[in-house]
This record gives sequence, structure tokens and C-alpha cells, in this order.
Amino acid sequence: MSDYNFAYLDEQTKRMIRRALLKALAIPGYQVPFASREMPMPYGWGTGGVQVSAATLTPEDTFKVIDQGADDTTNAISIRKFFEKTANVGTSEKTEEATIIQTRHRIPETELQEGQILVYQVPIPEPLRFLEPRETETRRMHALEDYGLMHVKLYEDIARHGAIATAYAYPVMVQDRYVMDPSPIPKFDNPKMEMAAIQLFGAGREQRIYALPPYTKVVSLDFEDHPFDPSKAEHPCALCGAEDSYLDEVITDDQGTRMYVCSDTDYCESRRATGHIGTEGTQPEEVFA
Amino acid sequence: MRDAMIFEGGFSDVSRDSARAFRSAMNAMAHPGRKFDLTGAKPPAPLSEAAAGLLLVLADANTPVFLTGEHDTDLIRGWITFHTGTALATTPDQASFALGTWDALLPLRQWPAGSAEYPDRSATLIIEHPGEGETARLSGPGIQTHQDCALPAITPFRDNAAQFPLGLDFYFCQGSTVRALPRSTKVEAI
Amino acid sequence: MYVAVKGGERAIDAAHDWLAEERRGSPEIAELSIAQIREQLALAVNRVMAEGSLYDPDLAALAIKQARGDLIEAIFLIRAYRTTLPRFGSSLPVETNHMACTRRISATFKDAPGGQILGPTFDYTHRLLDFALMAEGLPAAAPGSGAPEGVTSPGAPPPEMPRITDFLNRDGLIQEEHPDAETPPDLTREPLEFPANRALRLQAITRGDEGFILGMAYSTQRGYGRNHPFVGELRFGTVSVEAEIPELGFSIEIGDIELTECETVNQFTGSKTEPPQFTRGYGLTFGHTERKAISMALVDRALRWEELGEDNAGVPAQDEEFVLSHSDNIQGTGFLEHIKLPHYVDFQSELELIRKLRAEAQAAMHQEAAE
Ligand SMILES: [Zn+2]
Repeated sequence: MSDYNFAYLDEQTKRMIRRALLKALAIPGYQVPFASREMPMPYGWGTGGVQVSAATLTPEDTFKVIDQGADDTTNAISIRKFFEKTANVGTSEKTEEATIIQTRHRIPETELQEGQILVYQVPIPEPLRFLEPRETETRRMHALEDYGLMHVKLYEDIARHGAIATAYAYPVMVQDRYVMDPSPIPKFDNPKMEMAAIQLFGAGREQRIYALPPYTKVVSLDFEDHPFDPSKAEHPCALCGAEDSYLDEVITDDQGTRMYVCSDTDYCESRRATGHIGTEGTQPEEVFA
Repeated sequence: MRDAMIFEGGFSDVSRDSARAFRSAMNAMAHPGRKFDLTGAKPPAPLSEAAAGLLLVLADANTPVFLTGEHDTDLIRGWITFHTGTALATTPDQASFALGTWDALLPLRQWPAGSAEYPDRSATLIIEHPGEGETARLSGPGIQTHQDCALPAITPFRDNAAQFPLGLDFYFCQGSTVRALPRSTKVEAI
Repeated sequence: MYVAVKGGERAIDAAHDWLAEERRGSPEIAELSIAQIREQLALAVNRVMAEGSLYDPDLAALAIKQARGDLIEAIFLIRAYRTTLPRFGSSLPVETNHMACTRRISATFKDAPGGQILGPTFDYTHRLLDFALMAEGLPAAAPGSGAPEGVTSPGAPPPEMPRITDFLNRDGLIQEEHPDAETPPDLTREPLEFPANRALRLQAITRGDEGFILGMAYSTQRGYGRNHPFVGELRFGTVSVEAEIPELGFSIEIGDIELTECETVNQFTGSKTEPPQFTRGYGLTFGHTERKAISMALVDRALRWEELGEDNAGVPAQDEEFVLSHSDNIQGTGFLEHIKLPHYVDFQSELELIRKLRAEAQAAMHQEAAE
């Protein structure tokens, strides 16, 4: 890969992305258009996140990639390898060791700190897109702070189902101004978005970048009589016994027996390494080695 | 002699030094009022190391730079155009970046503040600022409770923030350090 | 005890090795050379160049070989390579008036200055499988045996080939096109912004998916925004590319490329602002890609409804956001195929929501029954 520049992208492209990132931080929740490049992985597979990471990485960084909360899913591995090769950066699976974490669909369970950067891969950055397919229209709505359509949709949900029928990519209001798509994270993760780390969002195919500086006010949309509910499956993790983490449901036999395990693999392993063992769990192998 | 001063003083390892300088610029923008080191550029005086570093990382042919007052010299023009390839702006309303001392950049209303549809199409002002002036109390995105910091004035920044989401974003450079003040920050006198 | 599935990294490596083996196919069969693909699958090469937006037949042939003949995959390889290339400058607009035409036909006039040149076309062939091609090693057709005199002669710049639409223009029967000195926006360097101008639309369509543009064009013919097109002229051939060299102060020829150009002549009964006259649609594509060039011209014409003062019939081909946002097959294929990636987290949250809503609905039903 020595034919390619540090972190793959050429400096000209990085400059363009970096300018977009700074404007995005200055206007939290606003989607900055950027001239997304074709990347050596397909659109929809994290090209926005990869471009943001490429423009942000320094040689001193420690890089972590998760997909669905896990470090060992195939696409997470593929992206981690890409930056190991092109930027020669150190990598880690430990949330607290990483300085940049690229994620698809989850926020780590371990609370992020100042100095850390969370990069989200975003498929559809426009929270109003499924209510109004036209870019010219949604842009006008954001300009006029006209979010009536969104409130009508949420209200219709309540009228029909008695609850807001959105389980992931649950829209948020940023700093009382912009309605923002948090990317397809489960709504369980929404409250974590008010955090100490910098959050950067990259949508490659849709050519948009947006951002949240640390401690930005992020409120999940709701109604007074139907407050936001970040609930999750009411089980402890079968491996580590955690009751505060988001769980994947796993079918374990032909009879359809279910078990629930942490979606955040690093969180689960760290807990087991310190002696928290669930009903089906063991300590990770490293402990015995 | 003059040519040598123009051709030298860029980053020694362009891609890695740029990445580090950008991290400082981003940290500053994400933590308004907090000071960060931004090193590696060796520009001709009176351009500071931090201001020159910002231009090296951010400016190119697509972002006209407007030089004001004592920064509008042949040497600085030559240095910036050689190292960034930027086309210098001839009028303030074209500027993506404006460079100078606080007094030379006034009035603020001459710089593009973006539009309701595209608030990002606004200028970033790079201000050479010795770090004196009035102490302001900052709050808003990027600040956990509040952050105190010296600004050359209070009212113009308060007015700028009142236009949010339109407005200008500012970098204050002093030697090799940089602080930022985005439009989202609330500015109050103490 | 439960052990989570690991070993994704090994699985990826193994899959890639397997892919390489499948790409090569049986080692008993001679390997395809890049030159064979370039020369004998030239129309595939042309499509990859057109939609990859990179004029390089050898690289396109390499991409087709690497992609095992999957042209969208090959286009993707070319795009990903192209985006890393430095820009040295922009060429001057190419002069298709001076195209050395190997094909040039008009459907609107039986004969016209310049003549009808059929060229190497599938038109009028009977689509019967030629089993003789199965017996390899037949002697090649004699070079030049098909090309008419003078058409491919190298050296002297080709004489001007008059445009059919110019004859209509002279009589004021067709809407006039005005030259535009403004540099067109570059879709590959700036984010797509709506409303787009015509230059940007044409740029998006020329690198858009051939199948999608064909479908859009076809829909206009079937009544979804009908605009009665005739192929005013279709030409294919070689043009020279010139670039201004600032250090020299004049332009020099940097090479030749093959292009297909199509101008349609469309019926137009007039509007509030325009008298009855013919109007135009325009298509220009890399290589010999005439299905694409004609489709492009039809879609271009449909998208011009506003400029020509026509009504918006609300059909897909008139809808700039619809056409431009969905024409790129690299964007489309990526987003489509990404649903193969794991979505357990989203699915899990939906599962919980459905269970919760069902439980609440059932509770409400029981309560109603009890009352
Ligand atoms: Zn667990």
C-alpha cells in the first residue's frame, strides 16, 4: 500500500473533509455537504466513516472499529485492517485505550472521555428523508426550523400504537435547533450522546458530515404525556451478568431457545475478566493463559 | 533571499504534520476558549506559527483567503500562495478565510455569514491575538459548565452568536497556540 | 456454555483466496490477457470507461478481468482508482464537429452532407448465434475490409462533419443552443446540489448506469413524459483532446479519444414563451456506447421541461432529484448490498418494539373482553 498517501486519502481531499468537520462542529447537528470520494470499499459499508477517520487520524492514534458493538464482525475487521495498512496506526479492542473509535450502529457501553473521538458510519443522514424524499424540501425545513412533519409522524405513531414506533435511528433535537439522525443506533444508546468525547458523523454516499462537540445538548424527541423511553430487553447478559448493557438475542438450538448477550464485546469481556460471570459465561481465555 | 523565505517554512512531513495540526484545530473548535498547541509551520513575520499552520491544513484553491492590514505583505502573499495554492480573495465577501489582527478585520459584517439553507458557507476568521482584552465567560456546545477566556471584545461575539445558525467562526492565534470560538458559543462579560 | 463465533479475520482471508481461485477458473484453460479483453470485449471496456469516468482502455480491461466480468464491479474498481489520481488541469471542450466518424447516421433526413455511415453496428444483424465463433482459430477478417475509404486515414485532421441539427437551426425550426462560457461544476469534486444546472445533469447522466438511464428514457417513450424524439444524429468516432499549457501560453493536443454523440430532435408544439419548433436532447459518452448516448439524450430532453416552459407531468424522467439521486450504480449497488451486513442491533430493537406493542395490544384486548 506504499503507493498511497498516509491514511489513504490525498491531502487535497482531506483538507476538504477537514473544513467540513470544523463547520460541522461549529453548527452542531447541521449536515454539511461534502464531495465524498469513491473509496476502495462500497458505498453503504462505512465510506463516510472511513473518510472522516482518514481525515482525522494522526500517527499517534489508537484506532478501534466496532460494528453492531463488536470488534470481530467482518466489516469492522476489514476497516481496521485498512487503516493498519494505510496509516500504520496502532489498534485496540479496548474502548478506554482507543483515541478514535469508528462505529456502526452502537455507542460503546464504557463511558467515553475527553480526548476520545467517536466516528459514526451513517447510511441516511437526513432525519426527515422518509417523511419527505426531496432534498430541496428537507433543506428548506431545516432552514426554517420547520419540524412539524416529524412531530405529526411521531404523534400518529402514538395514536395508532400507543407508543412511538421507532426503535433505532430515533431522531434527536440538538442544542434546541437542529433535528438530527443519530445513525441507526438503538434508542437505548440515545441518552449516551451527551458525552465528553467528540462525535463525528460521516455519510459517504449521501455526501454529508455532521458533528456534536462534547457536552452538546441532545434530546430525543418526545411528548410530555409520552416521554422518551430508552428501554431494552429485560434480561441480564448470560455471559457477564451485566444488567445495564444493550443485548443481542441469540438462538442457541433448534428448539428456538434464546439467550441474551452483550452486543458490546469489549464490555462483556472486560467484565468477565474482572470476575463478573453470568449464567452461561466463563472467564475469557486470556485469563487462564 | 525573498524566494527562499517564500519556499521554506511549510510542514516537513506534509501528511503527518497536517494530521497533527488538524487535531489541534479540531480540538480547539470542539472546546471553545481552550488553548491548544499548533506547531510545525515556520512562516515569515508577522504571521504566527499557529495561524500559518491553520492555513496549511485548511486552505487551498477552493478557499479564497483575504489578508488584512499588516498581514497583507508580498512576502506573506507569496508564502501562502506557494504553500497552499490558494487564490487570494480580492473582496471580503469572497473570503473563506480572513487573516489579520482584530482591528484590521473589523467590521465583522463584511464577512460572509452563510445562508439559512447553507449556514456552513461562512468565513472563518484567523485572528492574531496576543491574548489580552476583556475576560468573557463562554458556555454552549463543547463546554461542560463554563470556560473563561480573554477576547478582544465582547459585544461583536455576542451579536455573532445571536445569528446562529448563521455566523462566523473564529480562531485566535498567539505564537504556536490556538483557541477557537465557534458561532454556537454563548459569550457573556463577567 | 456458550462461545461467541470468532475468526472473522480468517474467514475474510479464506474468502479472498477462494475468490482468486474462482476468478482464474480452470487452470487447464488459457488465461485471458488484458489485450484480449481490450480488443475482443471492446464494448464492455467502453461501458466501464463511460461509467467509470476514466478514459483508459487497458485499465478498464484489467478491471473487467479482476471483476470476473461483473461490469458494475469493474466500474467500481475504476472509480476507486480514479479518485486517487492527481489533477493536472482541464482540457478544452472537445470539438465533435471535427470527429473522425466511423459511424454517423440520421433518422430525420434520408441523405445529408457528410452522408450516412453505417459503421460497425449490430443494427440489421440477425440475432442468430454464430456457431462458427465457437470454433476458435478462424482467420481474422482482413483489417480495414469493413471501413470505408478515408474514414480511418491517420494524419490530417478530419474535415468538419456538418451537423444535421444545424440545417434545422438555419431555418429557425429548432430551438437554438447558446454557448455557455461558464466552467461546468465538477460532480466528482463538489457535492451534488439541487436544483442542478444542465451541465451538471448531463455529467451525472453520462456516468450514470446504462440500465437505469435506458429505463428512464424508455419510460418517456411509453408516455411517462412523452416528448416524441427522433435521432437527429448519432455519431461515433475519434476526437482529439487539447489542453492549454499555462507555461507555453497555447494549447497542445494531448491525445485522441473515442466518443459517441447523439442529438435528438423532439417535437414541441410551443409554450407561453416559445413558438412551435423542434427542441433538442443531447447525449455524449466515452467509447462506442450508443444505447447509452441515445438514452441520455431522451432523459436530458425530459429534464429540460422547466427551461422550455413545459408542464411538469409529474413523471419520473422529469424529476431531476429522482433521476440524479438514483442513476449512479456505484452508490446504488453499495447501498443495496450493504443490507447483507449484520443488522442484529437494529433488528433486536425492532424485535423488542414489536413484542412490546403486541403485548400492549393483547392486554388492551383482554381488558375490552373483560369489560
Ligand atoms: Zn455481557
